[in-house]
Order: sequence, then structure tokens, then C-alpha cells
Amino acid sequence: MAEKSKLNLNRVPIPKQAPDERKRNFDEVALGYADEQALEEVSRCIMCKKPGCKDGCPVNVDIPEFIKAIGAGDMPEAVRILKNRNSLPGICGRVCPQETQCEMTCNLAKKGGPIAIGRLERYVADWERVHPEVRERQKERISLSGRKVAVVGSGPAALTSAADLAKLGYSVVIFEALHVAGGVLMYGIPEFRLPKVIVQGEVGYVKSLGVEIKLNHVIGKIATVDELLESGFDAIFLAPGAGAPMFLDIPGENLSGIYSANEFLTRTNLMKAYRFPEYDTPIQVGRRVAVFGAGNVAMDASRCALRFGAEEVYIIYRRSKAEMPARLEERENAEEEGVIFKLLTNPSKFLGDERGRVRAVELYEMALGEPDASGRPRPVRKPGSEFIMEVDTAIPALGTRPNPIIPSTTKGLELTKWGTVLTDEVTGRTSKDRVWCGGDMATGAATVISAMGAGRRAATDIDALLKK
Amino acid sequence: MHEILKREVLVPNTVYLKVEAPEIARKAKPGQFVILRVDEVGERFPLSLSGWDKNEGTLEVLFLIMGRSTMKLSSLKEGDCIMDVVGPLGRPTEVESYGNAMCVCSTFGVGPTITLAKALKGRGNRVISVMEAKDATYLFWEDKLKRVSDETHVVLGDGSRGKHRQASQFVKEYLESGNKLDRVFVFGRVFTMMECSQATKPFEVKTIVGLTPIMVDGTGMCGCCRVSVGGETKFTCVDGPEFDGHLVDWELLIKRKRAYLKEEAQAFDLWQLDNLRRIAELSELPGRVSVV
Ligand SMILES: Cc1cc2nc3c(=O)[nH]c(=O)nc-3n(C[C@H](O)[C@H](O)[C@H](O)COP(=O)(O)OP(=O)(O)OC[C@H]3O[C@@H](n4cnc5c(N)ncnc54)[C@H](O)[C@@H]3O)c2cc1C
Ligand SMILES: Cc1cc2nc3c(=O)[nH]c(=O)nc-3n(C[C@H](O)[C@H](O)[C@H](O)COP(=O)(O)OP(=O)(O)OC[C@H]3O[C@@H](n4cnc5c(N)ncnc54)[C@H](O)[C@@H]3O)c2cc1C
Ligand code: SF4
Ligand code: SF4
Ligand code: FES
Repeated sequence: MAEKSKLNLNRVPIPKQAPDERKRNFDEVALGYADEQALEEVSRCIMCKKPGCKDGCPVNVDIPEFIKAIGAGDMPEAVRILKNRNSLPGICGRVCPQETQCEMTCNLAKKGGPIAIGRLERYVADWERVHPEVRERQKERISLSGRKVAVVGSGPAALTSAADLAKLGYSVVIFEALHVAGGVLMYGIPEFRLPKVIVQGEVGYVKSLGVEIKLNHVIGKIATVDELLESGFDAIFLAPGAGAPMFLDIPGENLSGIYSANEFLTRTNLMKAYRFPEYDTPIQVGRRVAVFGAGNVAMDASRCALRFGAEEVYIIYRRSKAEMPARLEERENAEEEGVIFKLLTNPSKFLGDERGRVRAVELYEMALGEPDASGRPRPVRKPGSEFIMEVDTAIPALGTRPNPIIPSTTKGLELTKWGTVLTDEVTGRTSKDRVWCGGDMATGAATVISAMGAGRRAATDIDALLKK
Repeated sequence: MHEILKREVLVPNTVYLKVEAPEIARKAKPGQFVILRVDEVGERFPLSLSGWDKNEGTLEVLFLIMGRSTMKLSSLKEGDCIMDVVGPLGRPTEVESYGNAMCVCSTFGVGPTITLAKALKGRGNRVISVMEAKDATYLFWEDKLKRVSDETHVVLGDGSRGKHRQASQFVKEYLESGNKLDRVFVFGRVFTMMECSQATKPFEVKTIVGLTPIMVDGTGMCGCCRVSVGGETKFTCVDGPEFDGHLVDWELLIKRKRAYLKEEAQAFDLWQLDNLRRIAELSELPGRVSVV
């Protein structure tokens, strides 16, 4: 289509709150494209015959097609195309690591200016949110099959499978352990990155399809998987995520003032400690905060700490910048807001005061050595490089592993050596008859979009099997 | 929503509730707890199960008014509803045929102890119960405990019943005078649990305690409830709440429990301002007693 010389490689920036302002509030950082900005970004897409973008998206969204619909001013059509593959575009547009997925394989990426697919996706979803009549029109008529499916958890994998199954005519019941549905989208990812009204909008949509959501139901406790099967469910989709926090396993880690990132974020997001004392749950954030790790979770924790008024917030990471696993945009946002990155640094112990509160951490420096099994250079300890850093809050953000409650109460559910549920990658089937699994529980901590993909594949397979 | 079917102030500062929760009642076992959230802005906080009725579909809890959340809960009347009740959480107590089993309890520990004593007797144990209270004003459910025990002893802090002032002194002397115990359980105040564990240690009687660290989710997801047992970090909500009292790092537990004192005081005062009138109407609430 467009001539090479006419290629426009200038991505339209997304308007954001200014760093100095936003680092003290919990409102959304990115404000979204205005119509003209979206159209300008759309006009950069060269509508490739072989669109690389699609291959990079784990659920193969028809990217050029939905972009074209925006360009043509047909927003309902853009919504339809997008939702055909991705039932939670308002969420994915905001949180997908686009730079390693769709935007990495966009044909313009090689030239340095990939289309801002995530931002356009968000633009379409936000349009839909203020035009609910479109969603109503698109809701298919559902005829009930008389079959029942239980879905455990209410994160992206669960919501996707429940919506798909409901549309196929199944009676679906979601069992969620917490008092709110949404999984990590509610308790982990902060408001300033993913407003909770958007998540609850999606939960509301799933409910409007006839899915029943039972909150405060910890499966394995109030009922086991086997009891659900006995009570009349024809199939079960397990999507309880991988929510158990890992710690550094170094001396002093149980001092007060040391939170797992999960606890810190749960208090903040789920329990709304940032609105304490209007909300009852307290949190303590000191003047100097150290966050350990450099994934999305670490970025979120460090940026929350800033918003609680901490003066200095450090990200302490044992590798270098190139290996940081967090989404690029959030790394940049964190840096702009003033989070200080201490790279090639690792902790060896925490020191406490007489009241049992953390007062300092002992750190040492690392150097990069030979590549390890993951292909990344292995960090090695520099002898004699130990030093003490004073902190009053410390947050290990090292990742999470599967919660043992379901595996330990379910007979015949085979696990991998990492404690995840052994699952067929294509179908989501487990070793147990009539039980499927997907999302972080099957893969270990991954991404929203991969969890959604797993939910969709499992729904398809459950339908195929139950229809027989 | 869970309706409160019965509410009673047992002794100053201690409230008993019977709550509708049929699904949880069906699965409840001794040693387990529930997490409650009173209203939309409420904290999640744990309470032990002090009883349940599968047929009636009800749970019983009893609690001390410690701060904002328990104060809020205490101000609900019969017919009011608690927003969220999650459970049954934690591992049930291991109930086996031990022989001579002693159950020590103080304050809210009386509730879970009664459910446990019943179960222990069901397995043919001889149950010796020891109840500790500050003074006679704070004593409740003595007859209820008697009914499920072979022997019941009461220890009052003012020395007005028998010569002991603390349950741990009683336990120590009981063992020193040559009585044989095969298992001891302690529920209630942290100091009661700690001191009883210290008392049984020289006699090598395995002592199970029900720990009460601060919790958030209660499902193993946050690590807030971590305690150190035998040098290993454990999550009380999924690995416990019961642990071997001889292996618990008590100092750490007490320090972690005190972590939020400042914020708790702030939350408490503010809430009191808003609701002073309502609480006053419920009248039966005397001053706070400290438990830790
Ligand atoms: C702080 C943070 C930031 C992140 N940022 C990003 C990002 O920017 N981009 C991205 O793509 N990914 C991100 N991720 C990863 C992503 O959120 C997860 O991969 C995804 O949410 C996994 O989805 P899931 O459906 O498997 O489970 P989850 O979202 O984990 O939901 C599982 C649900 O199941 C419930 N549950 C657990 N056990 C039980 C039980 N026994 N009974 C009933 N219910 C149960 C849980 O309470 C939870 O609500 C982030 C994760 C975290 C923690
Ligand atoms: C497994 C378990 C079972 C429990 N069972 C009972 C019970 O049956 N009856 C009962 O009265 N209490 C019980 N507790 C303690 C109860 O949860 C706390 O008293 C309650 O959360 C205090 O909340 P608050 O907002 O009213 O007081 P806060 O203002 O939060 O606290 C006031 C005081 O209580 C301490 N405290 C705060 N949170 C907790 C906590 N989760 N556990 C222990 N102490 C805390 C604080 O250190 C402070 O000194 C149990 C705790 C656990 C972990
Ligand atoms: S779902 Fe994610 S990866 Fe796929 S197109 Fe949208 S933003 Fe890109
Ligand atoms: S690869 Fe990039 S430029 Fe080509 S169609 Fe996809 S988004 Fe447009
Ligand atoms: S309360 Fe969160 S892990 Fe136990």
C-alpha cells in the first residue's frame, strides 16, 4: 500500500498524567487516545498483506481488520472484530506486554515505529464501555443445554471460559475464594494501571450472560473438586491462578515492615488501604522502601509505595536492565515517577530494631557471568561488595507459585515438579476425568492474555466433549 | 450476606454470635476458622469456630472487642447481616485417641475448646479441661465445658479459685505431681499458649497451640500470617492455625501482632466518632481489655 518513503514511524504518544502529579494519586496514569489521536495512529498502519502483528498476539486478534474499522469510523464493527478473539480488550489493551507480542511482530517494528496496537485496542474498548447498547445488540441468544460447568477462580482464564461456555448454552457457576471477582486484575494490578470499574464492567458482562458467581467460596474447603462433580457438575475448569507468594529466604525476613508484594498489593488494591481510614485495612509505608525483583509485580509495588508518600523507593534487582521482565511501558512510567533502580544488587539479610521492625537490609553487588539455562547471563556475587542500606519497608516481589489448597484436596490430579497442574497445552485437560485447568495454575505466573487463551481453549474442549 | 440469628454479651467485652452459614456449617471441623468482613469498607479478620449445626445451617463465634473490626461486629443486632463469611479455613485439629488429653483455654479460646473437647471424647480420650479468666466476672460457659470434659479446673487471675493465678502454673504443677498427659491443647491468649508450652516442654508432652497472627486473605495468598515454627516459615492460615507449641518462635509472633498498633488506634477512634451513638445504645460495652 503506502510507499516506503511515506512510512510514518512516529507513534502517537498516549496522553498521561504528569509524573509529578500522578506519583501522588491512584488515578489512571494513561488517559487514552482522543478520537483524532486514534485516527492518526490508525493512518500509520500500512495494512500489510502478511500482517506480522497477528502472529505475535497469543489469541490472534484480527489486528489490521479492527484498525481498518476504526479508520472507517465503524466502531461497532471494530468492537465486534476485536471481541471475536479477545473478550477482555479493555484489559488487554492496558496490560499486555505488547512490545514482546503484537507490537514486536508488527511489520513496522523493524523500522522502529510499530503501530500502538494496545492503545488502539483500549480505545475501542473504552468506546464500547460508554456505548453499552452495542454490547447488548451483540449478545447472542442463548439456548440452555441443560449441562452444568463449574469454574474455579474468577481471573481472566475463568472469566473467558465462563463467558464462552455460557454463550454455548451451559449453566456456569464461578466459585471465587475472595469477596470480589476478577483475580489478579482486582487484587494485584493497581487502580492507576487498570481501573477497577473496567474489570467490574467485564465481570458484569459475564454475569449478564447468565453466569452465576459465588464469592467467598474456597474450593478445597467449602467443597472439594470431587464434591462439585458429585453434586451434578458435568465438568470443572480450574483457574485458581498461582497466588502463593515466594520469599527471599534470607535471615530477618519475618520482621515487621516486610511485606510480600502480594500482601502489599492486596492491602492496597483489594482492601483499599490507600483510602484508610475511610476503609478499615491499614498499611505501613516508610520513608525508604526497597522492592526486590523487576517484574510487573515489582513495578506495581514500587509505584504504590510512592503513592503512599514514600520519599525514596528502590527496585533492587540482581540482573541488569536488559533482563528486567516488566512491561516496558511500566518500567518507563516507574522511572519517570522517580523509582530508583539498583541493578546487579542482591540482598543477603534484613536487620531489625528492638521492636522487631525492619531497619536496614544488607546488600551485595553482582557481576554478569556465562548465560544460564534461561539464556540470560548468570549473575554472580562480587566478593567483598557487601553494604548496608537503611530501609523501613521492604517488599519481596519474586513471583508466586500455585496455592496448594486444590492440589492437596483433589484425588488424581497430577502435578508437575513446579507444583502446577499437569495440563494438556492444547485442550487444557488434566489427568483427572472431567477436570480441566488453565491460566497461571497450569503455566506458572504468566500473562493475562495467555490465561484468557487457555480459558478459551478449555471452553472449546469442554463443549466438544460434553456434546458427544 | 449472613444473618445474625442470636447475639449475647457473655461477659464484659466478649460477644457471642450465631450466624447463618449453611454451606460452611456442613464442612466445619474442630480447629478451623472463618474470615469475616462486616461491611463494604471492612477489614478481613479471622475468628475461630466455636460451634456449628449442620441441620440448622448455623455457625457460632465468640470474640473479644479489640479494635475497629470487632467493635463493628459487636454493634450488629440480631437480624442484621454480616457481609462476608469465608470458610471453613485452616486445617482441622488432628483428633485421635491419645489417652489423657488436656485442653487449656482462656478468653475466646473457650469456644473452640468446647468443640475440640467434644471431638476428643468422641475418640475415647479422657479430657481434662483448664479454664483461665481474669476474675469471676470474666468467667463464662464453665458448665458447657464441664459437660464435655471428664475433669474441669478453673484458674482465676485474682486467685479467688484455688491457689493458681495462671493456667500455666496449674499445668506445671499437674505434671509435677506425677499426672500423666499424652497431649495438651491450648487456645486463647498468646501468653497462655506460650507459657503453657513452656510448662509442658520439660515433660515432653506434645502441646498444640492455635496461633492468631494478623491475617488478610486467609487462603495462603499474602504471607501476612507467617510464623516461624521449628526454624521454618509457615503460613498460619494454610499450614495451621495449629502448631507444636514447643517449636513456635513466640517473640516473633508477638512482635508481628503488634505491628499495626498505631493505625489500629487511629481506625478505632474514627470509627467510634461515627458510631458512638449506636454503640451507646447497645450499652453493654465496657472498656477494652488487652489480650496480647
Ligand atoms: C501485581 C501483578 C501485576 C501483573 N501485571 C501484568 C501485566 O501488566 N500484564 C499481564 O499480562 N500480566 C500481568 N500479571 C500476570 C497476570 O495478572 C496473571 O498471569 C493472570 O491474572 C493469571 O490469570 P488466572 O486466570 O490464571 O488467575 P488469577 O488472575 O490469579 O485469578 C485466580 C483467582 O482464583 C481464586 N482462587 C484461588 N484459589 C481458589 C480456590 N481454592 N477456590 C476458589 N477460588 C480460588 C483467586 O482468589 C483468584 O481470584 C500481573 C500479575 C500480578 C500479580
Ligand atoms: C486463626 C485465628 C482465629 C482467631 N479466633 C478468634 C476468636 O475466636 N475470637 C477472638 O476474639 N479473636 C480471634 N482471633 C483474633 C482476632 O482475629 C482479632 O482479635 C481481630 O482481628 C482484631 O481486629 P480489630 O480490628 O477488632 O482489632 P485491631 O484494631 O485490628 O487490633 C487490636 C489488637 O488486636 C491485635 N490483632 C489485630 N489483628 C489480629 C489478628 N488477626 N489476630 C490476633 N490479634 C490481632 C492487634 O495486635 C491489636 O493489639 C483469631 C485470630 C486468628 C488468626
Ligand atoms: S490481545 Fe494483547 S497481544 Fe493481542 S493484539 Fe491485543 S494487546 Fe496485542
Ligand atoms: S503488521 Fe503492523 S502495520 Fe502491518 S497490518 Fe499489522 S499493525 Fe498494521
Ligand atoms: S492470611 Fe494471607 S497467607 Fe495467610
